[in-house]
Amino acid sequence: MNRTDDFTERREHLKDMSDARLRDYFWELVEKAVDPLLKLGYENTSPSIERSVLLRMGFSSTEVKPIVEEAQVRGLLCHGAGNIVYKLAKHKGIGIREAGLALRDGRLWDETAVLFEEG
Amino acid sequence: MESLSRNKRLDIEELLKDLECYRPKRRGWTWREPAPNLKMGSFSYRDCSKPVEGKSVPLITAHNFENIDPQPQPVITTEIASGRFEDDIRRMRMAAHHGADHIMVIRTAGQSHFDGLIEGSPQGVGGVPVTRKQVRAQRKALDLIEEEVGRPINYHSYISGVAGPEVAVMFAEEGVNGAHQDPQYNVIYRNINMIRSFVDACESKKIIAWAGMAQIDGAHNANATAREAWKVTPELMVQHALNALFSSKAGVLKSDICLSAVPPSATPGPCVYMDLPYAVALRDLFSEYRMRAQMNTKYIESSTRDATVTHVLNMLISKLTGADIQSTITPDEGRNVPWHIYNIEACDTAKQTLIGLDGLMVLVELKHGGPLREKAREIKERAVLFMEEILEAGGYFAAVEQGFFVDSGFYPERGGDGICRMINEGVGAGTVIKRAKDYMAPVTAHYGYNNVSQYDPAAAGDPASLIGGCTFENPEKIIYIDELDETDNVNVRMRENQKYRDGSILRPEMEWLADGVVQVTMFFPAEKRIAEAAAIEAGKRMNLQEVSVISREIMHEAEGTRVEIRGKFPFDIDASGLVIPPEPEIMSDEEIREEIKRRPMSVVCATVGEDEHSVGLREIIDIKHGGIEKYGIKVHYLGTSVPVEKLVDAAIELDAGAILASTIISHDDIHYKNIANIDRIAREKGVRGKLIFVAGGTQLTPEIAVRHGADAGFSRGCKGVHVATFLVKRRGMS
Repeated sequence: MNRTDDFTERREHLKDMSDARLRDYFWELVEKAVDPLLKLGYENTSPSIERSVLLRMGFSSTEVKPIVEEAQVRGLLCHGAGNIVYKLAKHKGIGIREAGLALRDGRLWDETAVLFEEG
Repeated sequence: MESLSRNKRLDIEELLKDLECYRPKRRGWTWREPAPNLKMGSFSYRDCSKPVEGKSVPLITAHNFENIDPQPQPVITTEIASGRFEDDIRRMRMAAHHGADHIMVIRTAGQSHFDGLIEGSPQGVGGVPVTRKQVRAQRKALDLIEEEVGRPINYHSYISGVAGPEVAVMFAEEGVNGAHQDPQYNVIYRNINMIRSFVDACESKKIIAWAGMAQIDGAHNANATAREAWKVTPELMVQHALNALFSSKAGVLKSDICLSAVPPSATPGPCVYMDLPYAVALRDLFSEYRMRAQMNTKYIESSTRDATVTHVLNMLISKLTGADIQSTITPDEGRNVPWHIYNIEACDTAKQTLIGLDGLMVLVELKHGGPLREKAREIKERAVLFMEEILEAGGYFAAVEQGFFVDSGFYPERGGDGICRMINEGVGAGTVIKRAKDYMAPVTAHYGYNNVSQYDPAAAGDPASLIGGCTFENPEKIIYIDELDETDNVNVRMRENQKYRDGSILRPEMEWLADGVVQVTMFFPAEKRIAEAAAIEAGKRMNLQEVSVISREIMHEAEGTRVEIRGKFPFDIDASGLVIPPEPEIMSDEEIREEIKRRPMSVVCATVGEDEHSVGLREIIDIKHGGIEKYGIKVHYLGTSVPVEKLVDAAIELDAGAILASTIISHDDIHYKNIANIDRIAREKGVRGKLIFVAGGTQLTPEIAVRHGADAGFSRGCKGVHVATFLVKRRGMS
């Protein structure tokens, strides 16, 4: 969009505001812009977030990648990669690392998928 | 690893040992401690921080001021990333000694688009591949360096790209103290999908908050990218505000959120007149946040002098309006990836400028009315209008799609040339997934919906308790990877340049050990293109390899051009074969006094030729400067611009034992010609044998002075005691 500088007309509603009021108004507007972005973050996740969760659970960067990729392919990532590993470990009565490494090696995925079937 | 020793190089091989077990000493950011009414040497300071407790290298003129090294209040940043992290460590140590306490590592080209963590230590381009090994080694080095300097050093890199949350986790685990994090940077400059960028940013910021890192935004890039950078001020404010409030709401303390504030214009524009109102407006609106004063990079050319002046003007703005962190852009950034010496120059420039301006705001204040406040108000209103229109357009994403950002117009003017990104496009588009009802992540510092209660309601406040704590609580759970590439790693590189590592074999160096790089400055009385070609030819005949021109400045279109070249010096220098003149001998004050008492001595001295310099000679002779008078030597001072013949005549007339001739002007070797003349006249008059003849001057090389007939030459750094020792010893021999 091209537009010439119409600052003088546009500022009409601002020109009588005190500096303090202008400042408050600015931050009110900013808040309206960022709140939806924070909500987006609250409700969603991404492969990088899920890999970062697995890193914190004690896996290396090379171990987390195949787990998250397979979870994506199988449509399981919405439950959380950490949840997948945790639930499998709990179900099998094995440690977190053992469960994760099995998944990394492509094992136990069918069994895991069943754990997340609705109902 | 043992603590560092002042006169020993940091042993990189030793540093890299046992990295798999290394844990950082601390996490979180450290600010400098203020030292109100600091007294150092003869001076009082108003805006300084606590002096460093350990070692530092003071400003070059400090020897005139009892070697004091006052430290300004802002944290001082330097950016170090040559592509080889092992060589950067040595530069970090030098920079820390010159006043840097915020070391920032630029990432290798393309790391933003790398979907995951990079491991090992591959060589980088235009930066360093930031990996766990590289971060751990550098933090370990800085843990040692900060002990040596006696001040905490903040280590910093970037949490951006498509692997932001993973990088953030690794940084938190490895004790990284500061990070750039701004999803707008991903969107606008890296074309990473905007939904992905903001979703990832929530997680990254939560981790930043847990680790107590200082966060810096990316708004300064709008300045560097915009066509007419000074018009981008309303947008800069909008970008700062979006990231600042977004971060604060994601959990980062406002006192850890730093705006990367940049003075947008440069000379020959009236830059202070333009930049100051903007800086004032910014501090009005963002008083709860921190200011990281970035320097202007948009208008850096290849002249290091020009860049330095721009940066000093930038720091005047910092001083007038306040800065918590002062960035230092190296003056060679306009021509190459920064070299060692320019990082150090930039740190010194910052320290020198800020110390020089100490107390400025006690003496002056910014006007409360007039154009300063009117312009500041106008910029703020323009930023408000920008925010209003973002909301009218449908929010941030819609505004980006409509090209609101990096537009060349002075908002609300629009040039129609802003950067447009589409919501469903870009790297990582379509990868964001809605969390299911049972979504769960059993870790600390996780942002957003997290159904921990399905497993244990008691764990809701501490999700990591489900697994007995994550790596943030139990760092022993971190899995360390050393190397993944057998051919591209630090061990291979260090084997290749092993012979240079202990200092017995030397090559000049600008960024990597023994890279051989030198620069040569020259002037040719020729127009630009001829001068450049001639400079390259000159470099080749100096035996330099890979010669290229890195800077040229026209002195006059026809009369000549200044050219700087770089090239590689392809020879090794064996340090054991170097002829190094012995350190000057010094007798104790008592010994000299005793000798003079036993056998009194008088000297005549003067600055000779057409030369009015007197300071150097007075320092050598005057008792109040610790000069030779204090030993009882009788001094006949004849003054400045004394003809050489008169000096010799005075020595004869006063029956002096020695002549001290000072000669400062060195143009056309006049200083050596004067020395030769004194020697000749003394011989002609038949007194040379009984006179000791000492020459001194800042531009004089002692060996050359002796070749021209003096008995000894004294140059920069010499004191009365050196001259008195020589006189007494020499006399003893005769």
